[in-house]
Order: sequence, then C-alpha cells, then structure tokens
Amino acid sequence: MLEIKNLLAGIDNKPILKGINLSVNAGEVHAIMGPNGSGKSTLASVLAGREGFDVTGGEVRYKGNDLLDLAPEERAREGVFMAFQYPVEIPGVNSAYFLRSAVNAIRKHRGEEELDAMNFLKAVKAKMKELGLGEEFLKRPVNAGFSGGEKKRNEILQMAMLNPWLAVLDETDSGLDIDALRIVADGVNRLRGPKNAQVVITHYQRLLDYIVPDFVHVLHDGRIIRSGDKSLALELEEKGYDWLVKEAA
Amino acid sequence: MSNVATTDPATTPVEAFVQLEQNGVELMPLRKAGLARFSETGYPTLRDEDWRFTNVKPLTELPFRPVTSPFDQTPGLEQLGEVTFGCLDADRLVFVDGHFKADLSQIADQSSGVTVSNLAHFEGELGSLSGGDDNPFVALNDAFFTDGAVIQIGDGQHLAKPVHLLFVTMAGEDGEAAHVRNWIVAGANSHGTIIESHLSLGQAATVTNVVTETRVGNGANVEHVKFQDQSAKAFHLASLHSELGRDARYAFHSIALGARLSRNNLRLRLAQPGTECVLNGLYMTRGQQLADHHMIVDHAAPHCDSHEYFNGLLDDQSRGVFHGRILVQPGAQKTNAKQTNKNLLLSDDATANTKPQLEIYADDVKCTHGATVGELDADAVFYLRTRGLDACTARRMLMHGFAGEIVERIRHDAAREELDALVWNRLEAKHQLD
Ligand SMILES: Nc1ncnc2c1ncn2[C@@H]1O[C@H](COP(=O)(O)OP(=O)(O)OP(=O)(O)O)[C@@H](O)[C@H]1O
Ligand SMILES: [Mg+2]
Repeated sequence: MLEIKNLLAGIDNKPILKGINLSVNAGEVHAIMGPNGSGKSTLASVLAGREGFDVTGGEVRYKGNDLLDLAPEERAREGVFMAFQYPVEIPGVNSAYFLRSAVNAIRKHRGEEELDAMNFLKAVKAKMKELGLGEEFLKRPVNAGFSGGEKKRNEILQMAMLNPWLAVLDETDSGLDIDALRIVADGVNRLRGPKNAQVVITHYQRLLDYIVPDFVHVLHDGRIIRSGDKSLALELEEKGYDWLVKEAA
Repeated sequence: MSNVATTDPATTPVEAFVQLEQNGVELMPLRKAGLARFSETGYPTLRDEDWRFTNVKPLTELPFRPVTSPFDQTPGLEQLGEVTFGCLDADRLVFVDGHFKADLSQIADQSSGVTVSNLAHFEGELGSLSGGDDNPFVALNDAFFTDGAVIQIGDGQHLAKPVHLLFVTMAGEDGEAAHVRNWIVAGANSHGTIIESHLSLGQAATVTNVVTETRVGNGANVEHVKFQDQSAKAFHLASLHSELGRDARYAFHSIALGARLSRNNLRLRLAQPGTECVLNGLYMTRGQQLADHHMIVDHAAPHCDSHEYFNGLLDDQSRGVFHGRILVQPGAQKTNAKQTNKNLLLSDDATANTKPQLEIYADDVKCTHGATVGELDADAVFYLRTRGLDACTARRMLMHGFAGEIVERIRHDAAREELDALVWNRLEAKHQLD
C-alpha cells in the first residue's frame, strides 16, 4: 500500500529525513518510535503534503502511484488520512459544516452519493457516541478552544468519518488520559481490516498494548535504525534509545 | 412633490442652498446652521486627525449636486424584491435618491404608540443628538437632507415586524447626492429591530450622506442592522448618534461591502447605568475600495458594558480603516469595555489602518482592546486540505468563518441567514474572478 524508498527531505536546506525506507502492506499496523526531533512528524508532514518541506531524493508510492505528486486534498481523497500531533484551531468554521464538506468531498471523489444534512448527522452522532464526544462539539468551531485530549479525539472522529485506507497517527496518544487512550485505540482498531493500514507514531509503549502493531520501527536522526515486532517496543521501554543509537553508529 | 429634476446643477453648497429654497423647502434654523458650519470648515482633509487615512478628495472634486427633488424614474417593485432584504418579512420604507416612495413602501398598521413613517415635515428634535458633532458631512446633511425615516416606539411598545429602511440611488450623474436623515426613538421598555440598507441601482459616482439619531430609552432593546452595498464608484458617508438610557440593550451592526469609499461615524453615548451596547462590524473590500469605521463610545455612566467587534477582509489594493475610541468619563466606575479589530489581508497590496484607543478617567474599570492584521492561516488551509477540501474551498471556508464571527451576532434570524449566504456567495464570486 505504501512504499517509501530512500526518502530524503528537509526544510530550508536543512536535511531532516536522511534516507527512509519503509514498506506498509494492507492489513498491517506499523508503529514508529524515536527520540524527540528524530523526524517522525516531518515524515508525517511529507506524507500529507505540507508546504515548506523539500523532498530532495527518493520516492513514495501509494497504491502504486507517486504520492508526492498529489496535492494534499488529492491524497486525502485517495484515502490517506493524517491525524496531527498538533491539530490546528480554526475559529469561525463550524465543526459539523466542515466535517460534512470533507466527507462529501471524499465521497464525491469516490463516486458515492453525497450525504445530506440529516444522514450526515445520523452518522456523525453515532461515531461521536463511540468516541465519547458530546454532540455540542458539532456546533463549535473546529478545534477552537478544545482541550488537548478533545482535539485528539476530534482527529479520530474525522478519521472514522473519512474512512481512509491509510491512516498516519502522529502522537495521537499524547496528552490523553487512560480512558481517552482506550477510546482512541478502539477507534483505530475499528478501522483495522485486510484492506486498511495504519502507521502509529508514539512515544509510549502503553498505546501499543491497545493498538497492537505488526511492526515497530525506530527513527533516529532521519533514518530507521531498527525494525522489529512488538517486543521491540517493550525493549525500548526498558532500555531507552541509547543502546540502539550506539549500535547503529 | 414636483417631478422636476435639478436642471441647472448647482456647483457650490451656497448655490444649492438657494435652489433648495426655490424648491419650496423651508429653511429652518437647523439647515441654516448646517450650511454655516460647512462653509466654515469645508470638507475634511488628510490633515484632520479623524480623517488621516481616508481621503475624500475625489468626492470633493465631483460637482455638488444634492438631489433636491425626485427624478421621474423609479425602480419597480419586482426590482426591489430582488435586492438584499427585499423579500424580508418587514415593514418597508423605500427612499430613492433620498426621496420617499410611498408606492414602493409597505407599512402595516402599527399599534397606537408606534410611528413608522417618512420624515416629511417632521422636525422633532432633529439635531439634538448629532448637534455636538464637528463632522462636516453632518453639517452638510443638516443643510440638505431631503427625507428619511421616523421610527418612534412608545413606552412598553414594540415593532410588530422589523422595519426595513431601503435607500437606493438611481441617480445617473456623478456627484448627485442623497442626504438622508433618520430619527429613531425607542421608549422605555420598548423593543424593535431595524434593518437599514443602502444600495445603488446605477453605476455613477453618487454620494449618499446619511445621519441617524437614535434614542434608546430605559430598559429598551433595539437591534439595528446597517447594510451598505453600493456600487463601485459610489461614496457613502454615514453618521450615527445614539444615546442609551438606563439598562438599555443596543446592538448596532455595520456591514460594509460596497462603495468606492465608505465612512461610518458611530457615536454612542452610554448615558445611564446598566446599559449594554454592542457595535459589530464587517467590511469586505476589493479593487480600490476603502471602508472606514470611526467610533467613539462614551461611557458617561457607571456599570455599562460596551463591546466592539470589527472584522475586515481586504483584497486587491483596498483599504480598511478602523478607529475605535473608548472614553470612560470620571465616575463611570465598573465600566466593562472591550474592543477588537481583526483584519485579514488577502493580497499584498491591501492595507489595514487600525487604531484602538482608550481614554479612561475612572479607576475601577475593565477595558481591553486589541487589533490584528494578518493573512489567512496557512496551517489552517493545509489542515482543511488534508481532509479532502480543495484549496479554494479551504480558503473560502476560512474567510467565511472570519466574516461569520460578525454575522452570527445578528440576532434577527432571517436577516442573519440572508447575510450569511450573501457573504458566502461573494466569496465564491471572488474566487471565480481569480
Ligand atoms: N518548520 C520547521 N522549521 C525548522 N525546523 C524544523 C521544522 N519542523 C521540524 N524541524 C526540525 O526537524 C527536526 C525533526 O522534527 P520533527 O518534528 O519531525 O521531530 P519528531 O520526531 O516529530 O519529534 P517529537 O517527538 O518531539 O514530536 C527537528 O530538529 C526540528 O527542529
Ligand atoms: Mg513529532
């Protein structure tokens, strides 16, 4: 589904990703861990198509096509979803209105019928209930004044509504209390299926008790320096990153 | 009324004033004093502190042509039905080039104690609220006003429906000017909604100069929406003078979308304790437009709240000007005054001049002000795009949201919804132009 080959990317001529290789197949969950500043969010940004990041080498193929060639909205319509580490507050834009527009933009692209206000509300309210989000969120502007945890839950709500093939979650667990963590994890697990894949960026092995990954990768200084199965996360929890960094050097 | 158009256009205010008399207009003291004041000051220039950013020179170079008697041509009822608020369920007073059109107006019977009519020969206390103002355009209005609305709501009474004051200009000659005068009194514990709109049906460089005096009585609740959407060459000058009584509730919304140059002077006097006043404005400009809001909120009594919210969306080479002065008089303790002005520049050549100003002579008050000038939030655009919305839609949503912060404060549902849709469509029209 996702094939990243020797990806080099940076900002303002400063290299950040220094040769990433990663292959994600449908049905798989990959966890990416790594110290602060190692480039995890940068990788997510490049996958989402954020301006300002220069790709200087390598390639990213998604479902066989060049992902980097697509505009951010085209990537979304093709089924790539990014849950942001820091979701943006958008005052003035009503959550319900925004989400329905997004859902319909994607449905339209897929040749599905657009949801009218009634059907949208029905669908979204059901999802909100699952995620423990009160209905009043629909009336509020997108993320504006949301608490940290509410913002993360809102990302998961959007993901649930947009039904992506590939979801990249950047530290969606950070700042969540234990109950919220379980709710978010359930949301991700509901999306798991033979045709979907998830890439979960996290600092905490705790999340991986709920979202059990097939692979765990360690990113350091713009490179994946170790890949393994879920036991790698446990090992990291115990020993930190230093030993790996030394081994890699 | 005669149907004689001004054949020999006067070119100075003094000549025009003589013509006014020839047309049978009674030259009451207000008019004479207005002419005298204007003769003394002339038009404001950039050297006047209050007009630093707003150059009215192009207006002063137009021939001086007050439309002292109505033209033959008037719009049809169907045509008026199509304009913004034209279908709003309201009592409607229609003025064309400053002259009342009874046949286009529609006013249901009002309960006793409520007057909704045109000014005609009403003198009342005209000038009693605007009198202290040194704005030359108020002086000109004093001298030349032709007509306008009188709305008087008796104590404990209310307007059965909103009153829609629809001012249109048909004039086809540059410089033709409508001087309009409104008088609004809401008695104690009365309430009502007033929608005032200014539109052009022609393309000439016409002038609209409107002065509105409003007295909001003790415990009264008034919402006033002023909508200005005149054509690209028009000049629009407006001056509001409102005095609020004890525990009065007053919301004034100024939506300025049209005209080459528009200036709204808002003068609020919170005269008695317990009033709550909201001034809420949106300006959206493009091309060479300029939209200026200049206000003074005078807290003359303790325990009053005032809130000013003004948002501007400025495109092309247009300019938005905001000057907000909050004056807290000695003794006006427990004043709570808040003022914000936010500007979004949609082009590198657009300009925002913003000047919030606090002048406080009491010590137990809460006053805040803030102004921002910025661009559309690139992170927000990106965020929306990652959810499948194309860049145009994303930007439009953000602009609409920004305008919506203002529009959503309008309490009258139908007016708010119509404006909201209008703003959205304007943004769409804009993106088609790109
Ligand atoms: N907009 C930017 N401008 C300049 N440098 C940046 C920018 N964004 C990221 N960087 C730099 O790139 C490097 C990688 O940052 P990134 O956010 O990808 O790290 P991360 O692995 O997600 O860290 P964390 O665990 O703290 O979220 C850091 O050195 C960071 O300072
Ligand atoms: Mg990060």
